[in-house]
Amino acid sequence: MIDTLVVIGTDGLIYAAWLFLIALGLSLIYGVLRVLNIAHGSFYALGAYTAASLIGLYGRRDLWPYGVYLMIPLAALAVGVVVGPLVERGILRWMYSREPVYQLLATYALFLIFEDLTKLVWGVDPIYAYAPYTLLGEVSIGDITYPGYSLLLVGTAVVVGILVSVFIRRTRTGRIIVAMIEDPEMSMALGINVPRMSVLAFSMGTVLAGLGGAMTAPMIAVMPGMGAEVIVLAFAVVVLGGLGSLEGAAVGALLIGLLRAAAVHLFPVLELFVIYLVMALVLILRPRGLWGRMEVRRL
Amino acid sequence: MKPRAVLIGVLSFVGLGAMGWVLPRWTVFLFSLALARGLAALSVALLMRAGLVSFGQSLFFATGAYTAAFMVRLLGVREAGLLLVGAVIASMAVAALTGLWITRYREIFFAMLSLAFTMILYGWLLKAYWITGGTDGLRIPPPTVLGTAWSVDTLRSVLYEATLVCTAVALGLIHLFLESPLGYALRAVRDNEVRLEYLGSSVWQVVYWAYVLAAGLAGLGGVLTALNVGHVDPQLAYWTTAGEFVFITLLGGTESVLAPLIGAVVFEFLRTYALKYAPYTWQMVLGGMMLLLILFMPRGLWTLRHLRFRKAVS
Repeated sequence: MIDTLVVIGTDGLIYAAWLFLIALGLSLIYGVLRVLNIAHGSFYALGAYTAASLIGLYGRRDLWPYGVYLMIPLAALAVGVVVGPLVERGILRWMYSREPVYQLLATYALFLIFEDLTKLVWGVDPIYAYAPYTLLGEVSIGDITYPGYSLLLVGTAVVVGILVSVFIRRTRTGRIIVAMIEDPEMSMALGINVPRMSVLAFSMGTVLAGLGGAMTAPMIAVMPGMGAEVIVLAFAVVVLGGLGSLEGAAVGALLIGLLRAAAVHLFPVLELFVIYLVMALVLILRPRGLWGRMEVRRL
Repeated sequence: MKPRAVLIGVLSFVGLGAMGWVLPRWTVFLFSLALARGLAALSVALLMRAGLVSFGQSLFFATGAYTAAFMVRLLGVREAGLLLVGAVIASMAVAALTGLWITRYREIFFAMLSLAFTMILYGWLLKAYWITGGTDGLRIPPPTVLGTAWSVDTLRSVLYEATLVCTAVALGLIHLFLESPLGYALRAVRDNEVRLEYLGSSVWQVVYWAYVLAAGLAGLGGVLTALNVGHVDPQLAYWTTAGEFVFITLLGGTESVLAPLIGAVVFEFLRTYALKYAPYTWQMVLGGMMLLLILFMPRGLWTLRHLRFRKAVS
């Protein structure tokens, strides 16, 4: 019994870390730009593909083996720096004044485009990049052995969470972004370059999505369609915690991670169901999510 | 409705019906699929009238399709008419349940919750393979139409005619609904919910009934697709299927009940040719078109109708 609980706890934690990495970017973009980005799933997939390619390239040279881990953040940055500004400046900025419906549709259109773009660049066959995964070997906790890479995933999620939180709360740019979330017009009046901040925030969200994908790449077969699955999960996490809230994303990820692990070990058929069940319950009790704030409806 | 519009409607209906016996079989098949998809898109358009975007109409589409499959396999029903009725009732029953909860939400919450619901069904269809056939899905043997078992050659055309009749009836009903007080209230929900409440209407009820009705439409589209294709699989419930319906709606427009159907026909042929000439980039083509539509023609192809009139005036 205790063993099962420990397994559920650790499995849940690992899954939660993964969810948190993906959901954080989605939440950040929504918080700043008020756009629910369906293309987030594509950025995740792009991150995974880029990482898989970079890991493959690195592996072919005879270099220091642990350097392969550098490829993961590198892939995430590459995706964020290239795709983020391009999408925000090229497409999304024309959507801010439109109804939310059209913003949603525009990001969906982007999702479709990126879906085929990845197929064009990387083909339709699965790509494997196990090097970072096997390199760490296995770690034993009590009687249970875990892949070392899973612990790295948890560590990464914690570090990223702290970094983003420090950035938002302690740095000047972070505080400007918070001000922008509160009142974009007032911040513009005070001389804040809102478009530039929008690009920055969007690109940060993209980097986070890319990082989520890049961290996932060594654990799975990277193949088409991986982005479509992720977006629903990320949304569930973010809605649970409250859109645009950092703590919310963390709590939402933990809750869903643990419950899913419990379902997988106790009632396997309910695996998908349980995630949405929690989301349903939370939304019935607190429609804005656990950490969300009420928004005043305009008459 | 103006008499001229009725005349055009009847004539085009007869014309479309005649096509079922004249055109090559694959074109007839495409038209059947397009009409069925058009019904699902119409259900998206119906909700869009209230300002709600559903990324989950595939829930009812798949419910309709699978209900027909289950009725054939478990109850031994072969008659297409019964399958249609059963599927529509099942879809509306599902909506009556999910609607209790989802109709409280708007905008992205509505969109993403509808998406979550359809993913639950998708997950179940995959996992409960002993009932649903898992990823392989289920085969539906050729149904009888009006109590007659048609030969393989004529069945395709018969099914097309049946699809056409169903579509026409559904279009008429939805048109009447939109012209009814409830239909007008639906538009008011989009414009200003709070004022509608002050006028004494129950916003919740308006949205709820529209949601259930839309589910019936999508279910009808689903069962028609299932009968025409002769096979159902979990992909019907995947959220990207619902995304296609949204695309079709955007392509056609929401101003008339005909617009989503036109969108569906254009979409079906666009997809067939895109798949033929650009098999790896057809989604990209769709996405690009969608962006252009959003930016330059947010009301869809239906806007083109006005071009002619404007020219005539000037």
